Amino acid sequence: MNTTIPSIGLGRVLLSVLKREISLGLRQKGEVLTPLVFFMVIASLFPLGVGAESNLLLRMAPGVLWVSALLAAMLSLQRMFATDHADGSLEQMVLSPTPLGLLVLAKALAHFLLSGLPLVLIAPVLGLQFGLDTRSLGILMLSLLLGTPTLSLIGSIGAALTLGVRGAGVLLSLLILPLYIPVLIFGAGAVEADAAGLGIGGHLSLLAALLVLSLFFSPLVTAAALRISLE
Amino acid sequence: MKTRVIHWFKFASPQNFYVLAGRMWPWFAGLAAVLTLVGLWISFFVAPVDAQQGQGYRIIFVHVPASQMSMFIYLVMAAWAGIGLAFNTRLSGMMASALAPTGALFAFLSLITGSLWGKPMWGTWWVWDARLTSELILLFLYLGFLALQSSIDDPRRADKACAVLALVGAVNVPIIYFSVIWWNTLHQGASVSMKGSSMASTMLAGMLTMVLAFWMYAIAIALLRVRNIILDRERHTDWVKHAVA
Repeated sequence: MNTTIPSIGLGRVLLSVLKREISLGLRQKGEVLTPLVFFMVIASLFPLGVGAESNLLLRMAPGVLWVSALLAAMLSLQRMFATDHADGSLEQMVLSPTPLGLLVLAKALAHFLLSGLPLVLIAPVLGLQFGLDTRSLGILMLSLLLGTPTLSLIGSIGAALTLGVRGAGVLLSLLILPLYIPVLIFGAGAVEADAAGLGIGGHLSLLAALLVLSLFFSPLVTAAALRISLE
Repeated sequence: MKTRVIHWFKFASPQNFYVLAGRMWPWFAGLAAVLTLVGLWISFFVAPVDAQQGQGYRIIFVHVPASQMSMFIYLVMAAWAGIGLAFNTRLSGMMASALAPTGALFAFLSLITGSLWGKPMWGTWWVWDARLTSELILLFLYLGFLALQSSIDDPRRADKACAVLALVGAVNVPIIYFSVIWWNTLHQGASVSMKGSSMASTMLAGMLTMVLAFWMYAIAIALLRVRNIILDRERHTDWVKHAVA
């Protein structure tokens, strides 16, 4: 008797994991909304901290919004694997014939859609509060759109490494935030470069390069880290 | 004549390496002590006073070796981590975790000495210069490694998880470095550069001696620390009970 596993196309697996993650995420609205509210609160704290002088705020805006986005993306990372680990479905994923890297990629994409994309959409509202003009707002959105998927992908490595570890939340930020620095530099830099009259092509190209690199490598690394965590 | 063959893989076993490390570390420690004394003597009494920087420049005899070692040790650590993941050897993970605190210490030392040098030379303790910033980020990477290590109880899992982290870090270090350089030029930061071209030969000799001394110290302390790690991890075995009895 040879038991053949019915072969499912990898694209369909990717889609079904993506759908599962998104419907799970949407059922717990707090999961999606809390990082978003956190993002708004953090960004609103800065004017209170440094004063409401409009020139200063305008100069700080890209950096402040980007740093807030990093922290907000960080907030929901830990849950990427934790719930599946708790109910055992993560083990099934590791054991399944589908490459683990692909499943991880789907989970990272879902994380981007649920936590990165809302940030991209709400960022212009916050940008307005800092006095950014329409052009800068567009560039800010574009840089966030290119950068936040990278955050989800790199973050998945940290989430896998800290799975089931003591004090995982704080540890995760210590591990991952230094790795976010290039994204922060080029993301916030794009808006500043445009305001300074320089081209933004270089910054956006580098953000895209980081995205492509992490798109290829981080699912593999995350899969390896998950296998270590579940050993 | 019979040629003596050394079976190198013998030392992949912690028990054998424990003995080897025990024989080696006093030599490296001795060399480190001698070289430090010679190096400090050269740097304090032989090397001339710098024409522009006065006596204050002498801190570079500690600063330069410390920052070199902090970067180099990260690479060595990542290399051990890679070997550990590839060949599943226990000793590799132990070596990586033995090196991490020394690397972190050197990164910290390099930042401290740098800011002590910066105060009289640049008039400020800290500038967001590309090299300073990337050294700071390197320190963060070391701290992340140490934090991950200490928060996983199972040493084998800790070794492997830290190995993945070290490799990810090693890939990211150049990306971070170049992005910080770009960020720095964009921000028109303090454009200070050390003109190392016209360095007196005694200064160079002092610096090289100190670099060697730091190397020897790093090797000695890593061997000493790996001995402790081996004892700790193998404490349930008979040979450890005999060794410490």
